[in-house]
Amino acid sequence: MANHQSVSGRGAFKKILIANRGAIAARIVRACRELGIKSVVVYTSVDAMAPSVANADEAYPLTGLRPNDSYLDQDQLMSIAELSRADAVHPGYGFLSENVVFAQRVIDAGMHFIGPAPTWLDRMGDKVNARRLMAQQGMPTFAGSDLITDVNSAREAAQRIGFPLVVKPSGGGGGMGMQVVEHMGDLEAALAQAQAVADAAFANGGLYLERWIEKPRHIEYQILADEHGNAMHLYERECSVQRRHQKLIEESPAPGIDAKVLREQAQRGADICARLGYNNLGTMETLYSDGDSGFLEMNTRIQVEHGVTEEVTGIDLVQQQILLSAGADLPAQPSAMKGHAIEVRLYAEDAQTLMPSTGMLRSFDMPKLFGVRVETGYQQGQEVSPYYDALLAKIIATGSTREQAIGRAVVALQAFTIEGVRTNAALLLRVLRSRDFLQGNIDTGMVERMLRQGSRIPAL
Amino acid sequence: MAKQEVESEITGNVWKVLKSTGDSVAEGEVIMILESMKMEIPVEAPSDGTVVSILAELGDQVEEDQVVAVIEI
Repeated sequence: MANHQSVSGRGAFKKILIANRGAIAARIVRACRELGIKSVVVYTSVDAMAPSVANADEAYPLTGLRPNDSYLDQDQLMSIAELSRADAVHPGYGFLSENVVFAQRVIDAGMHFIGPAPTWLDRMGDKVNARRLMAQQGMPTFAGSDLITDVNSAREAAQRIGFPLVVKPSGGGGGMGMQVVEHMGDLEAALAQAQAVADAAFANGGLYLERWIEKPRHIEYQILADEHGNAMHLYERECSVQRRHQKLIEESPAPGIDAKVLREQAQRGADICARLGYNNLGTMETLYSDGDSGFLEMNTRIQVEHGVTEEVTGIDLVQQQILLSAGADLPAQPSAMKGHAIEVRLYAEDAQTLMPSTGMLRSFDMPKLFGVRVETGYQQGQEVSPYYDALLAKIIATGSTREQAIGRAVVALQAFTIEGVRTNAALLLRVLRSRDFLQGNIDTGMVERMLRQGSRIPAL
Repeated sequence: MAKQEVESEITGNVWKVLKSTGDSVAEGEVIMILESMKMEIPVEAPSDGTVVSILAELGDQVEEDQVVAVIEI
């Protein structure tokens, strides 16, 4: 049988520097190994015991601890990339994965940046620009404004959009700095407050307005695009179970939405990417409400929740990033999704108060169960520090039905023994066992409503 | 007048100090904001009172249950 993915011309890479940490660093090391590519990891002193440091072919210490002095320090990363003679850099997610300057530096140093061309990081990093471009290309969007220049133009735009609406920062994502406005009278104050957050948190301090959707579902589409103008989709992920705009539980396929509608949207996203010459992996995030759908943003990197798509399609997305970056053709489009996959994110945070919890992992005993995959960057004895995000592990449970996948996720959470930090396991279990979740009656506000109801989260 | 200690709920770094000695605070008012695991964690006044000391500076690392401020109520 002909190999679909024989990399033409340039050949695959020999050595990849992984500019990241935690679960995604471990995941990329594994993908490299499977492809016969050498892996180079970087680590800070608190991460020295991470499994990826031992599993990679080479590991280099970083001098600082805080992200700005370590995993975000482009100078250190570039000199390690050059010293190790890597021919490509994989940025993972978060950190420098969507940083145009870093991507360009990698390319200027003669290496491959594993991701789309830097111009795409730029175009999609500006949310107003991304929205406008996707709307022009026929992607449905909810009513919204261009960049707000002054209070008067904001009022005019608000009049047109209607209330409630949301003030959003153009330079950021992840819900930071968002302000919901119910009445025209509150608009000016909300703009000022959002501006303060945008100025502090993002390089680009612009704001825009968008219609506020009550109780929406977060549906996103996985796109793969090659270097030769072709693109395909790998269906959708449902990511509505969130707290503080951060995803907690993701699944594929999305329950309770007409599959035909989802396929059309996914295909539309892929067609747009092909038409515009997008290259490598990308995710189109949308909100869905009562049959209406609106484009939110496009992420130009691997997502935390990529594993659920891998489980239902059988396609290794991290390998695909690497192969596509090296010039490979797209993999064959799977004719259907197989079964159901659910990911729960185990965070080092209190299940009740959501406060972060740090400490040394006195025990970290992962479940080894049929239909359960665990992605983590931790092991027993390792430090969970305040310097980086709170993700301890992703548990990805699969089954032939949604019910079976949920059942396996519950069993896996109960079988996961962690001592040394508090975790959100009890909150995850409460969501997984709630009637609303089991019935697929989910929306982005459900966890916060659950926490507000006040009843204590039962212990495990 | 009684003194009341204000403790940090988490291990993290001081990201912003919003009140200084002598300021009066209302219950729930934010005295400082800590940063841990990419989250901003406000330290709030446990009751109405006056700040008599701020025990952590910008950039300091604080431990869980560490006293970071004292108010007089």
